[in-house]
Amino acid sequence: MRKFSRLSRFNIASLVLGLAFLYLPILILVIYSFNASRLVTVWGGWSLRWYHEFFADRAMIEASWMSLRVAVASASIATLIGTLAAVALSRGEHFRGRTLFSGMLYAPLVMPEVITGLSLLLLFVALNVERGFWTVTIAHTTLTMCFVAVVVQSRLGSLDRSLEEAAMDLGCAPVRAFLSVTLPLIAPAIVAGWMLAFTLSLDDLVIASFTTGPGSATLPIRIYSEVRLGVKPEINAICTLVIALIAIVIVIASLASKLSSSQGESAAPL
Amino acid sequence: MSARRIFARPARFAAIAPYVWMLLFFLVPFGFVLKISLSQTAIAQPPYEPVFDLTAGWTAIRAAFAALSIDNFRLIASDDLYVFAYLRSLTVAVTATVLLLVIGYPIAYGMARLPKRWQSVAMVLVIVPFWTSFLIRIYAWINILQHDGLLNRILLALHLVSQPVVWLSTDTAMYIGIVYSYLPFMILPLYATLAKMEPALEEAASDLGAPPWQVFWLVTFPLSLPGVGAGVLLCLIPIVGEFVIPDLLAGSNSLMIGQTLWLEFFTNKDWPVASSAAIVLLVVLLLPLLLYERLQRRQLEER
Repeated sequence: MRKFSRLSRFNIASLVLGLAFLYLPILILVIYSFNASRLVTVWGGWSLRWYHEFFADRAMIEASWMSLRVAVASASIATLIGTLAAVALSRGEHFRGRTLFSGMLYAPLVMPEVITGLSLLLLFVALNVERGFWTVTIAHTTLTMCFVAVVVQSRLGSLDRSLEEAAMDLGCAPVRAFLSVTLPLIAPAIVAGWMLAFTLSLDDLVIASFTTGPGSATLPIRIYSEVRLGVKPEINAICTLVIALIAIVIVIASLASKLSSSQGESAAPL
Repeated sequence: MSARRIFARPARFAAIAPYVWMLLFFLVPFGFVLKISLSQTAIAQPPYEPVFDLTAGWTAIRAAFAALSIDNFRLIASDDLYVFAYLRSLTVAVTATVLLLVIGYPIAYGMARLPKRWQSVAMVLVIVPFWTSFLIRIYAWINILQHDGLLNRILLALHLVSQPVVWLSTDTAMYIGIVYSYLPFMILPLYATLAKMEPALEEAASDLGAPPWQVFWLVTFPLSLPGVGAGVLLCLIPIVGEFVIPDLLAGSNSLMIGQTLWLEFFTNKDWPVASSAAIVLLVVLLLPLLLYERLQRRQLEER
């Protein structure tokens, strides 16, 4: 009798309820962004009114542009450095300070953002750096490269090392072997890492609040200050646009990881 | 070491850039927090007395060390506001983590029992909200929980209540927000251990006559403890320092430490006290981490 590998009614109920809990609030938000009524809770028919208002709001557009630039820049730097960190960690060689290195890489994953933001701000003030685009980008890179490192490292860990060793046995220099054999194999994980870093940066409020300067607010900072003043239907529209953007990113990332697993299968018999 | 030898050890070579980056932008900043936590508040820009001034020579450095003070830490220990803020943060974090465990466990268990093909679909479905903006998800709940929001409308329509219930600015709203935001962090590590578990173990217990609750309590749950530990840590630590959710959903009468720190920094502009509060928070958070690590090491040694 395979009683325990089968789904019980309780299993199905908890799955359905859990997923409903996760998705209903977002769904409601998206539906109400098309509401014609000014009152957030009264349904006044379908309308794109709040989207028009968003595109007419200069401050919001500027903040969105700032957020996008920071997200692209920090995700790119984080992907580069995070991948290097993943290689350093997964290649198991012992170098001096390896424990400190991995500790520093994993700490930001659980560290409350208030502490990370505060410490970076104090650094920038002490160095007398003008705060704005670059300080936020550096702060986001520091946070997101840890996530990139975790994603890429898990892919490197499941990779057959003998492929790279074969290349080296055939006379390839280690760096060359890495670039021409390993890198293409982990490319999908690198793409997924970039996407994750991009969305994390786009999403961040706390660290950006600490590290940005006057006149360079990001979108979450703007949304946050609006939300504190009360619910505005325009925010529903902005949020829906952000969700749509992130949905596109997720589709690309999942395509990349699907590519990754099918490549892994075809590469294994070699 | 010659360039040739560096290139012969790719791991070391690869570590250089991330190592320097993390030292510079993660570890060094804590030095600055520590330094400023030991200095005095000043009405200036930046709003604290400089502690070290390396340009002034050795005597100045000695004078600076003499001027270091732990007044800020004394203030935090003696100020009820801070003591309550830390206690409230811990209470909220522990309560929310227990709620997360109770709600997340059945979901993770259900996922682990799905056919293999559906498991990956379910995992994607759980991860997607984690990719969706944190702030937006909290905002979605404000839409639902406000005075004339969807929840009150439904309750009124069903005649379950006669007047709109106040949800926003209550602890209930805050717990809903926290559980909602951190649920994926609890489900994923639980699912990872539950999916690896051998169903035969549960079957054996059941065949030997154990009722379902005993099977769960004596077999399933103990075997899933590594996942429970990881999920608890992943939720507990960030929730202690949580700022956005309590700020938007809870009432303003009792603050958590993340909010207190934020207010001290941005509103009162008392950077030294804010830095000290951050240091204390860091120490409070390191304790469960060290404990967990010790526990894991002992488990490894037992095997």
